[in-house]
Amino acid sequence: MDTNFLVRTLSSVVAASTPVILASIGETISEKSGVINLSLDGSIALSAMMGFAVAFTTGSVALGFLAAMAVGALIALTIAFASITLRQEQVAVGFVLTMLGLELADFLGNPFVRKPGPSVPHMPIPYLAKIPILGPVFFDHNLIVYLSLLSIVVTWWWISRTQPGLKLQGVGERPESAFARGVNVNRLRYVYTVIGGALVGLAGASYSLSIKLGWSHRHTFGIGWIALAIVIFGGWSPWRVAAGSYLFGLLKALGSILQRNPAFAAVPTQIFSSAPFALMIFALLLVSSEGVDRLLALLPTRLARTIDRIIRGRSPGGLGKPFVQE
Amino acid sequence: MKITSKLKNVLLSLAPILLALLFTTLILVAVGAPPGEAYLNILSGAFESPEKIADVVAACVPLILCGVGMSITFTAGQWNVGVEGQIILGAIFATWVARNLLWPQVPVLALMLLAGTLGGALWGALAGLLKVYGKVHEIFGGLGLNYVAQGLAIWLIFNPWKPADGATMSGTDPFPDPAWMPRLGNLRVAPLAVILALAVVAIACFLLRGTRWGLELKAMGKHFRSAFMLGVPSTPRLLTAFAACGGLAGLAGAIRCSARYGRMIPEISGGQGYLALLVALLAGYRPQWVPLIALFFAAVGVGSPRLELNMHLDSSLGGVLEASVVLAVMLVNGWRALLARRQARQDVGAGLVPAPEEEVA
Repeated sequence: MDTNFLVRTLSSVVAASTPVILASIGETISEKSGVINLSLDGSIALSAMMGFAVAFTTGSVALGFLAAMAVGALIALTIAFASITLRQEQVAVGFVLTMLGLELADFLGNPFVRKPGPSVPHMPIPYLAKIPILGPVFFDHNLIVYLSLLSIVVTWWWISRTQPGLKLQGVGERPESAFARGVNVNRLRYVYTVIGGALVGLAGASYSLSIKLGWSHRHTFGIGWIALAIVIFGGWSPWRVAAGSYLFGLLKALGSILQRNPAFAAVPTQIFSSAPFALMIFALLLVSSEGVDRLLALLPTRLARTIDRIIRGRSPGGLGKPFVQE
Repeated sequence: MKITSKLKNVLLSLAPILLALLFTTLILVAVGAPPGEAYLNILSGAFESPEKIADVVAACVPLILCGVGMSITFTAGQWNVGVEGQIILGAIFATWVARNLLWPQVPVLALMLLAGTLGGALWGALAGLLKVYGKVHEIFGGLGLNYVAQGLAIWLIFNPWKPADGATMSGTDPFPDPAWMPRLGNLRVAPLAVILALAVVAIACFLLRGTRWGLELKAMGKHFRSAFMLGVPSTPRLLTAFAACGGLAGLAGAIRCSARYGRMIPEISGGQGYLALLVALLAGYRPQWVPLIALFFAAVGVGSPRLELNMHLDSSLGGVLEASVVLAVMLVNGWRALLARRQARQDVGAGLVPAPEEEVA
């Protein structure tokens, strides 16, 4: 395998992973604050459709992205309102919104199916794109890809290196303690859920305006569920969530390379397109099962603890639970 | 006084439906379609002729079976999102019987239904095993198993079960005659399937309300840890709940390929699993409410392709209506609870007693 091919593949993985990165980072933010936004699959579909429809009608890609972010934020706001203010079950509301988003995207997107439309222009970063290997892999894309890279770093920095980020962690981990220290738990949860939702909307638009251009039935097939699984796989840490997203992208790329190999000609294409989904979800099994505990118990304690820390993350203590301040 | 409070209750229970209709009406107005005509098209598409009504009744069957199944897993506090895969496995098992056992109709059909139930139950139990021993949240375990089941179905259709003139997404060759479930005259509904579905509702009602098993599932659903500490054997109960739901979904899969398609197709589950989840949510996990709600979903499902035919609208409006009814029910329930809490707080304030500690669900 020559380096050129490898660099080209990695570069396309970085580009193609953009929606998964944006969505899983957005979900990480809202889950860090304690709110599960289960609607990702529907949110992404609806925002992808809206982003494309607005960009198609107005001719402005930027407006398309704004509309998509508004859609994602609005769905997240619905979840926040229903679960925080009305105390309905987060997962139930999220699931219903998933279905609603998917159906609504199909209905409203009908006039835009398979229409050619605008897309994000290619924009290599001067100088950086010239660096061997790293340049073409990371810096020879478009703005939205750079934004996805930036979202990883900024989210990590915000959560673990800033004062407000500490509050965010407190609200998700121990809402009672955060409240006792004078933090308005539910208001912060609203804010971060909506911000996370806006990122999910961005993910949708990045799909229809940059990765898989345009709109069609089941355009964003299953990406939202993958992003949700990756947040758990990545243990709610932005770096590992990003690593999980790229791993998924790599699996998909591998699938399409194998598919072109004549040895696998008999295998239907649908299997190649759905296998990474199944694999990714069973990767969750590997990092969470009791079997892994037993294997780790065989190793020296320090090594076992290090490995445990690397492969697993703990969910925020207050995740999915309503906070009642009386 | 009593009459007005009753009237208020009726109005309040209609509120979600009106809210949902308001939402879909706004959507229709936004795309420039006449809402009244759209609703009339859905209605006439579902009920205009005996054939259509028969289609609606037939479409109820998988929704009832899976909706009752999910009422069982929901009662135990579990989100069985793997119902799609369980339907597929049921269809696969039933298809194997239909293709390999060339017996008379009665034993073949009986075996197909049994095999379908078994296949679905195994797949459901697998999701339960992943949850209990693999510690994978059942939502993700179920989804993963859905993808695997879908892959398996496609592989079977494209390899061992390939029709003589080449494999396509339209499925296997039609089953031999005995494997077709008898229909009512030339209507596309199989009475046996409908009877089975209604029997399942009755049995599930009895099991959940009249047996220790049902009580223990309920206890687990309310508070898993307390139930465990009070001696409910949680692992076996959880696995039986998943297997029961999977079995019903598998039965639905067997019925879909025997009574509806007469063959195995890749899209055999056709999103029924997700729709049935909405049915179960709307029924509040009570099996006795499932048939009525399934009827509404089935009517919308059978009626809405009319939108495409007559008005060039996408038929997914039906799905929008169904999902927004469920969402509206949640919002209205939450709103009423919020008002009740505010009222209680005011009463406490007026009586100058300290507020009671609130339970966190």
